[in-house]
Amino acid sequence: MRFMMIVKATTDSEAGVLPSQQLIDAMQKYNEELVKAGVLLAADGLHASANAVRISYPEPGSKPKVVDGPFTEAKELIAGYTLIEVKSREEAIEWALRMPDPHGFGQGEIELRQVFDFENLTEDPNARAKDEEIRKQVEELKKA
Amino acid sequence: MRISETHRTIDTIWRMESAKLIAGLTRMVRDVGLAEDLAQDALVIALDRWPESGIPDKPGAWLMTTAKRKAIDLLRRNKLQDQKYVEIAREINTYTEDDVERNLDGEIGDDLLRLIFMTCHPVLSQDARVALTLRLLCGLTTDEIARSFLIAEPTVAQRIVRAKRTLNKEKVPFEVPVGKELEERLGTVLEVIYLMFNEGYSATSGQDWTRPVLCREALRLGRVLAEISPEEPEVHGLVALMELQSSRLRTRNNAQGEPVLLMDQNRAQWDHLLIRRGLAALERAQRLGRTLGPYGLQASISACHATAYTPEDTNWIRIAALYEALSRQMPSPIVELNRAVAISRAFGPAYGLQLVDALSSEPALKEYHLLPSVRGDFLEKLGRLEEAAAAFEQAAELTRNEKEQALLRKRAAACREKGERT
Repeated sequence: MRFMMIVKATTDSEAGVLPSQQLIDAMQKYNEELVKAGVLLAADGLHASANAVRISYPEPGSKPKVVDGPFTEAKELIAGYTLIEVKSREEAIEWALRMPDPHGFGQGEIELRQVFDFENLTEDPNARAKDEEIRKQVEELKKA
Repeated sequence: MRISETHRTIDTIWRMESAKLIAGLTRMVRDVGLAEDLAQDALVIALDRWPESGIPDKPGAWLMTTAKRKAIDLLRRNKLQDQKYVEIAREINTYTEDDVERNLDGEIGDDLLRLIFMTCHPVLSQDARVALTLRLLCGLTTDEIARSFLIAEPTVAQRIVRAKRTLNKEKVPFEVPVGKELEERLGTVLEVIYLMFNEGYSATSGQDWTRPVLCREALRLGRVLAEISPEEPEVHGLVALMELQSSRLRTRNNAQGEPVLLMDQNRAQWDHLLIRRGLAALERAQRLGRTLGPYGLQASISACHATAYTPEDTNWIRIAALYEALSRQMPSPIVELNRAVAISRAFGPAYGLQLVDALSSEPALKEYHLLPSVRGDFLEKLGRLEEAAAAFEQAAELTRNEKEQALLRKRAAACREKGERT
């Protein structure tokens, strides 16, 4: 299953202040760990919302409203994401806990969200039950 | 944290750390079975203590230190009777806490690599290699392994016990082979991973076309291997092949669970992230500057499909050439059959049919359902519908996959219907 670790923006990331070398090193080490464990799919940092565009649909059915950045409320914005593929929700949480504090001055926040994917459709309890059923049949065939 | 929650977390940490632990411990005690026991002893202690004390900051290092202490206890209890244990004890005592930390950090890749060369060692049967690798490197339980291969759990357990015993008896060293041997042994490692992947990708019997657990484990192991053995083009070739094939997992079946052929799949639904990763892995393989091996070539073929926006955009001439290169490196009637398909697409079904008919006397393909299935396809395109229907029916007789069988019967019926109308 896939999870996205979303790193929230802070006043610093929105002001375009680059993270300290120490944090960059820690993040790099963390990403290497993810790669070595075979779980990293993608990771990117985003520019500040100053050059962002927001498209909204305040009136359904009519033209969208286009607003240029920057946007206020840093906590509602995203500064980057890391996409991982893991075996369980617990593993995703464990990896998220190992990520260094992304900003280090009290505003660091990581949000962990599960991505809809193929396995949600195939690893449901019904499929498992069916698997179990097939296995029993095969074993009986072997005995016969 | 509630106890059950802590236990789930410990279970997760075990899955994340067990391969590294077992690898590090095997280096110390030179016995993979003993290493696994020690790692599990450490887990039992964690299960007892962590619910109260909380989970330590570096759980991997904690487990390693605990397992190491267990190893020393065990050796003391055995009164160091055995010369082998005397040596081990001396070696373990030279490890300090710092070593454990460093070991988990820097050298762990080397230990993991040694471990995978051990679990895929040629003294073991293919089944044993796969089971032991899933168990020790992927951290799967015997039950999970049994479920993925549709076999009984005791069979898997026995297979694993015997494999560990064989490794011990044959004194298989914990090392990465060098020189010429490396190439051969790497071949067996990649074979185990690809076998695992294929078993997951296309179950040979039963109603399920795919078993995602095995695909996922194989892919993850391949990605790990690419990091710890980055100089080997075939490792990247295999990773590229698995990433690219996985990108089509969700389009291989329709809503009714029936298989959908590559050319009929909805390309918009392919996993473009995996395609990008596959192409990047292939580029890494190519950048190493050596001739692409069988995995690299198969990945290149898969990449031709992945980069074609529509089925009509497929570069069949390039695919035919790649199959020819592949058949030179790895001569096999199955590769020839695939080459026939590519040739048919590139130059017309009449040319493909010539190649397929040449293969019909091939004993290795006598029971292989894809031969009549491909032949049926060529015949259908050439308008020889009666013969095509017969070929599809023959193919349906030969396959054990129920869904594939249904698809082939449907094609045969369609040919007959079309034949009657004209």
